[in-house]
Amino acid sequence: MSLLDKLDAVAAARKALLPEGIEVFGTPIEEVYSSTEARIGDHRILFLGTNNYLGLTFAQECRDAAQEAIHSEGTGTTGSRMANGSYSGHRALEREFAEFYQCRSCIVFTTGYQANLATISGLAGPGDIVLIDGDSHASIYDGCRLSGAEIIRFRHNDAADLEKRLRRLGERSRSTLIIAEGIYSMLGDRAPLADIVKVKDAYNSTLLLDEAHSLGVLGETGQGLVEETGLLDRVDFITGTFSKSLGGIGGYCVSNHPQLDQLRYVSRPYIFTASPTPATIASTRAALRLLREGVELRRQLWKNVHQLYSQLKELGYRLGPEPSPVIATILETPQQALALWKGLLEHGIYVNLVLPPATPEGNSLVRCSVSAVHTSEQMNHVGKTFAKLRETIFQ
Amino acid sequence: MLNDYNDVLQKLCHHLKQLAGPEVEITPQTDLINELAIDSVKLLNLIMEIEDEFDISVPINALADVQTVHELANLIHRIRSQKQ
Ligand SMILES: Cc1ncc(COP(=O)(O)O)c(C=O)c1O
Repeated sequence: MSLLDKLDAVAAARKALLPEGIEVFGTPIEEVYSSTEARIGDHRILFLGTNNYLGLTFAQECRDAAQEAIHSEGTGTTGSRMANGSYSGHRALEREFAEFYQCRSCIVFTTGYQANLATISGLAGPGDIVLIDGDSHASIYDGCRLSGAEIIRFRHNDAADLEKRLRRLGERSRSTLIIAEGIYSMLGDRAPLADIVKVKDAYNSTLLLDEAHSLGVLGETGQGLVEETGLLDRVDFITGTFSKSLGGIGGYCVSNHPQLDQLRYVSRPYIFTASPTPATIASTRAALRLLREGVELRRQLWKNVHQLYSQLKELGYRLGPEPSPVIATILETPQQALALWKGLLEHGIYVNLVLPPATPEGNSLVRCSVSAVHTSEQMNHVGKTFAKLRETIFQ
Repeated sequence: MLNDYNDVLQKLCHHLKQLAGPEVEITPQTDLINELAIDSVKLLNLIMEIEDEFDISVPINALADVQTVHELANLIHRIRSQKQ
């Protein structure tokens, strides 16, 4: 097989699955009108698959802050955090995140993906073990690979299974980094954090929790699953992203371990990339303020979540195990999932199609995500459309 | 030692048959991915079952060198003998 042949195989697999003329992945968005509306082709559509949980991409405070930063500091930093890329804004955002979590330290990264790569590969190394939930996000798998540590998986959301695997490791459990997520991105289920924390303490391991989908969504002030469960000080490292509830791009890690700061000198995904732009940092700082005060936004978000989850359940759709802003309908075949995805788009609703092998247990998903700023008319239209499509999908 | 390897191979084949179907013939030379159509996710899940069956830890990093049934059996056998 020559170098490029494997990409031809990808093209063939894609063609076999997806009919010509529909761009399911990377659908071109021609114009964006608001946090929830845009144009695809000639059609005005409703976004129901973004991670814009609080709708902050269009918040006036965030847009103003970004514009002001471009005016005063320019469009980019053109350098690494390690060199000329640590402006006062980057450091202020780190202080604000540390204060938000009442933690000693915070590091800001260029993306959420890199936050996981940098943190995991900075903490764990050859000879160590990373023990990760089987349904972990790709950035966690890639961070583990980059670390050179031995990678072992435990069964998804199963603390007893985690315990069994730690027991097998004997003394090595002390040099083990356990990794879980606040809310899992595919089915929207939460980690059983209280049970995981108990097990990690019993075996003297270290725990990293990725709050990518739970920041701004769970807890009174939006810290995430750590706040909802009251377990903030039992988790060693928390990572997260600015690209979902904060409506920007970038990532962070917070911790009370003083060693976190040493990652700045050893972690390649922190050092060998340019730092976030001034506009990104400025909008994220404004968004973090809105997120912390966003009790009303969270109330609205969860109202929309419960409405859609119970509607779809009543209609007989198979869903993830619990209501959350990620509401995945689980279909038996990729063809069914594609038909539902297309049907929704024809009714002006744009969601995410997720096909194996990116999905747990080889299912096909039509993955919706709900925002605080979806109006009740929009939510009603979504409910009615799912009801209409039910007949054609399952006939 | 050889007995132990054969025991591993037999139990492994039992697990593989459940994934690939009873009509598929499995030999030590069978290629896991190309012949049994076991994709990367199925292979990772199989590893968890093997860990439980033999009460061992199998780091998934080691799978980079595994293509055939024999290679996987050999890996399990090696980890098991290190433990004993
Ligand atoms: C659980 C999880 N972690 C990390 C990331 C990466 O974040 P980003 O897209 O901001 O790089 C994502 C998002 O894709 C995610 O779902």
